[in-house]
Amino acid sequence: MIDQGPHHQDLAHIRGLMERSTRFLSLSGLSGMFAGVVALLGALVARERYEELILASGGIGLRGAGEGARYLESHVLTTAWDLVLLAALVLVLAVSGAAWFTWRRARRTGQGLWDPSARRLAWNLAIPLVSGGLFCLAMLWHGNVALVAPATLVFYGLALLNASKYTLDEIRWLGISEVVLGLLATAWVGAGLLFWALGFGVLHIVYGGLMWYRHESHGNDAP
Amino acid sequence: MIDGLNKAFESRVRLGIMAVLVVNDWVDHAVLKDLLAVTDGNLASHLAALDALKYVQVRKRFVGKRPNTSYKATPAGAKAFRAHLDAIDQLLNKDLRQ
Repeated sequence: MIDQGPHHQDLAHIRGLMERSTRFLSLSGLSGMFAGVVALLGALVARERYEELILASGGIGLRGAGEGARYLESHVLTTAWDLVLLAALVLVLAVSGAAWFTWRRARRTGQGLWDPSARRLAWNLAIPLVSGGLFCLAMLWHGNVALVAPATLVFYGLALLNASKYTLDEIRWLGISEVVLGLLATAWVGAGLLFWALGFGVLHIVYGGLMWYRHESHGNDAP
Repeated sequence: MIDGLNKAFESRVRLGIMAVLVVNDWVDHAVLKDLLAVTDGNLASHLAALDALKYVQVRKRFVGKRPNTSYKATPAGAKAFRAHLDAIDQLLNKDLRQ
């Protein structure tokens, strides 16, 4: 008679190693929730300025020649670049907070923060994300403001989708949700900020909460 | 001995090594050591055994000034490992059916 116990254990051991060596599993749900809250605050700050921007771009649409139109055009660009700065600030805050929560979790689970799986995750996230960022800057550069918000959501979603092969499964669904939201946003160009708040704020909080509940709450944070 | 189970994978460390190598490209010695939580000597002797069977490929080179050793599963090694897993699987399923 063969003892089945060791074989069961072997399979579990093998499965665990395959997962841990390819996927970065220490990503913390709290990272997502923190980033979501920062994004919502950023959206609140941006709201007033953004309304101004929409009004001003409407003014350019009137095709007025001369002083007024030129003033409006330069005004749109200044406001747009202000928003870019604000967005960059939100991004830096969100990313550093997220990194901190994930660092904390990685230390607890004993998986390094910068092991090969983490590097693979970062790399696969960065390629579509940086391409998207540069593309959006190019759109701003050409004064094409309308599709910036939808494009950021779509690119971010695709970046997450690409990175999801190397981390927790929830990231895949977060990515798909961001892409769908970004495509929807193309139909309501004026509501870009609302979609931003939904995509970067609400979705992060929802999925971050889900990840936290599934993997970190009630002590199932197994090393 | 049961059909299909490979004696080369009787050790848990060797199972672990192959599990990591079949799902990754070149893996550094240090990374492997960390993942499996074994000593250098232990890891080296199991890797030598797998190398002798041509189940793993060894690459030694210099990264900057430091020597770096990394490993990769050969196609034959990956095939043998998968066959071993299938054998374990069958064994467990047969037991469930009885």
